[in-house]
Amino acid sequence: MNVKLLYFASLADRAGRGAETRDSAARTPRELYAEVAAAHGFAFPLERLRVAVNGAFVDVDRPLADGDEIVFLPPVSGG
Amino acid sequence: MTDPRFRLSETPIDVAAERPALDHAAAGAYASFEGWVRDHNDGRAVHRLDYQAYAALALAEGEAILEEARARFRVREARCVHRVGSLAIGDLAVWVGVSADHRGAAFDACRWIIDEVKRRVPIWKNEHYADGESGWLHPE
Repeated sequence: MNVKLLYFASLADRAGRGAETRDSAARTPRELYAEVAAAHGFAFPLERLRVAVNGAFVDVDRPLADGDEIVFLPPVSGG
Repeated sequence: MTDPRFRLSETPIDVAAERPALDHAAAGAYASFEGWVRDHNDGRAVHRLDYQAYAALALAEGEAILEEARARFRVREARCVHRVGSLAIGDLAVWVGVSADHRGAAFDACRWIIDEVKRRVPIWKNEHYADGESGWLHPE
């Protein structure tokens, strides 16, 4: 299954990129985060992140589908 | 798509141009909030900062906040513009404007909107410090 990930702020810095496409067996965002955290050395525990799929916030245990665009959002600091 | 209430801007925010969107014959009060780039944070001297947004979701979440404000408070109109990109000290980073029949609702809604924007909208601040270091802010 191919999924696209977007990275922002310190996660983009750590990954060295703003986006990537991965061939992954992860069934949920929770499983996908474990995979990309190990690949890129992300330090955030999943509990500190929000997850968006295809432009909307979702639960971390929602099933993923081929072609999904997933974003793990670190704590925000606008304003 | 109808006129959005929440926008991201890559160019300076012109408050005088934004404010007429709040005009309403029944409104007797206007309250606004301006967030400015300050030269220090958490004890460190700040030279400039960058804002980065996940634009698709930031626009949707910002719009949802303003819709919620209109349901929660007795206001006539509510708008917000947030900067993205590179900003200098003193620049206007975010503007919130609310019109209402009376001042109480205008103040209350304005305060609630900026708090929700800071808490929920996917925008991140990268501070560039006087010592040459920089860092993304990810508050607890």
